[in-house]
Amino acid sequence: MDLIGSHITHRFGDLAVLDDVSFTVSAGEVVAIVGPSGCGKSTLLSILGGLLQPTSGAPELRGSPPADSLNPLTFVFQDFALLPWATVEENVEFPLLHTQLSAAQRRALVDDALRRTGLTDFRKTYPKQLSGGMRQRVGISRALVVKPAILLMDEPLSALDSQTRELLMEDFVRLLADGGMGAVYVTHNLEEAARLADRIVVLSRRPGRIREVVTVPMTRAARSEAASREKLLALQNQIWSLIRNEAIDAEREVQHA
Amino acid sequence: MLDRAATEAAAKNEAIRPVRFRGAGFVPASSRFGGWIALALVIAIWQAAGSIGLVNPLFLPPPSAIARAIYQLAISGALWQHVSASLLRIGVGWLLGTAAGIAVGFAIGLSRLARSVGITFISALFPIPKIALLPLLILWLGIGEEPKIATIALGVFFSTAISVYSGVDAVPRNLIRMAQSFNVPFATIVRKVIWPGALPAILAGFRITASVALLLVVSAEMIGAQYGIGAFVLQAGNLMQTDQLLAGVVILSVFGLAVGKVIGWLETRLLHWR
Repeated sequence: MDLIGSHITHRFGDLAVLDDVSFTVSAGEVVAIVGPSGCGKSTLLSILGGLLQPTSGAPELRGSPPADSLNPLTFVFQDFALLPWATVEENVEFPLLHTQLSAAQRRALVDDALRRTGLTDFRKTYPKQLSGGMRQRVGISRALVVKPAILLMDEPLSALDSQTRELLMEDFVRLLADGGMGAVYVTHNLEEAARLADRIVVLSRRPGRIREVVTVPMTRAARSEAASREKLLALQNQIWSLIRNEAIDAEREVQHA
Repeated sequence: MLDRAATEAAAKNEAIRPVRFRGAGFVPASSRFGGWIALALVIAIWQAAGSIGLVNPLFLPPPSAIARAIYQLAISGALWQHVSASLLRIGVGWLLGTAAGIAVGFAIGLSRLARSVGITFISALFPIPKIALLPLLILWLGIGEEPKIATIALGVFFSTAISVYSGVDAVPRNLIRMAQSFNVPFATIVRKVIWPGALPAILAGFRITASVALLLVVSAEMIGAQYGIGAFVLQAGNLMQTDQLLAGVVILSVFGLAVGKVIGWLETRLLHWR
C-alpha cells in the first residue's frame, strides 16, 4: 500500500502553513520529513493520517494494505499519548478493544507487541511509573499491535534525552529493518533522518513547500558501519545547508511573533 | 613557588566556617495527631469554661451537655427520625441532580448545539440561590417532600453540570486524537477516554455538591418541615434549647465529615493512577 500526499495546502486562518506539497511513500519505504521549525511538518503528518482536514489537496492510498493489518496508517506521537489511568498492557490493548477479535486473540497480539518492545516485564505498570523512553516504547508497542502498513511518527524522540534517543533509534532501525513496514518520520533532527530514511523530504520555512527530496544512497544496515559515517555526515551537512538560512529566518519570525 | 606556598599556608590558617543552610521551610507536613490534640484541647477548655461558670450555658452549653443531648435524642428515637428525614431528602435530591448534571455536562462537553444552548442557560440560572425557588416549587409541587427534594436537586444539578463539562473539556485532546487515529468509535472514546479523563473533575464536583445539598436541606427544612435536622435545629433555637441546637449542628458536622471521607475513599480507589 502506498501513501500519497496530493497537492496538500493548508492554512490556519490567515496563516499559510503548507503550500502544494506532493509526494509518495511506497510500500515498505521510510520517508523522513525535515525542515525548519514551524514549517508545517507535524501538520502535514496529521493531514496524511486523516486527523486534520487540509484546506485543499488530499491524502490518498493506493493498493490494499496487508490482510492482517488492523489499522494501516498508525501514529506514534511525540508526547506518547498514553492513557494515564491504564496499565502498559491496557494501553497496548486499547486499539484492539473495538475490533472483532476475541480476548484470547487480543491477548496474543498484545503479548507479541510487548515482547518486541521489551515491555513484557512492565505490563502491569502505569505510565507515570515509567521513564520517558519506556513510555515511548509503550507508544510504539501500541502502534505495532495493530500491524500497521505505514507508521506515522511525529518527532517520536524529541521529548527524550539524548541517551534514550540513541537507544530508541536502535529499536527503530531494528523494527524497520525487514522492510515489511513503511514509515513517515517527521523530525527536526537531521541525524535521525539520515540514519532511518530511504528518502528525506526537505521542506522550506512556512508556508512549507518541498525544497528537495534527498535519497539516502545506502541500505539502513550499511549505515551503522564505521565506513559509512562520513558519507552520512556529508549528507546531513548537505541538508543542513539547504535549511540553515531558512531556519535562521524562521527563528527570527517566531521571536517577532 | 615560595610565595604561593605562603599564600596557601595563610589561606589554610583562615578559619573554616560552614555554608549556612537556608533551604528550610515552605514544606508544611501535617503531623498525624496534631489536629486531634488541638481539637481535644479546645473541647477541654470549652468544657472547663462552662464548668467554672465562665460562660452562661444557656448561650453556650458545655460539650458534655451537647453529648448528653445527642445521647438522649438517640435513645428516644427522635435522632433517627430527624436524620432519616434529612438523609432521604439529600439522597434522592443529590442523586437526581447528579444524574441530570452528568448527562447535561457530557452533552455540553461533546455537542456544539448542547454547548451553545446549555452554557447560556446555566450561566443565567446558576447564580440564583436555589433556596429562593423553594416557594415557587411549593406552589408547583405542593407542600410534601417534592419541593425540598427539587430544591436540592436543582442546586446539585448546576454545580455538577459545570464540573462535568469542565472535566470533559480538560481531557487532553491528544488522547482523543490518538483514539481516533485507531478508528476507535465515538461511544468507546466517550467510555474509555473521556469518562476516566473527566472523572477527577467529576469527583471534585461531588465534594462541592455534597455541601450544597447539606446547605439546601437545612435551609429547606427550616422554611417548612416537621422532621429533619434543619427543622430540629430551628425548633431548638426557638425554645432556647441550645444544647439540642448544638447537638443538631454536631450531627451536621459529622455527616459532612462522613461524606468527605466517602469521596476521599472513592478518589483513592478510582484515581489511584494519578
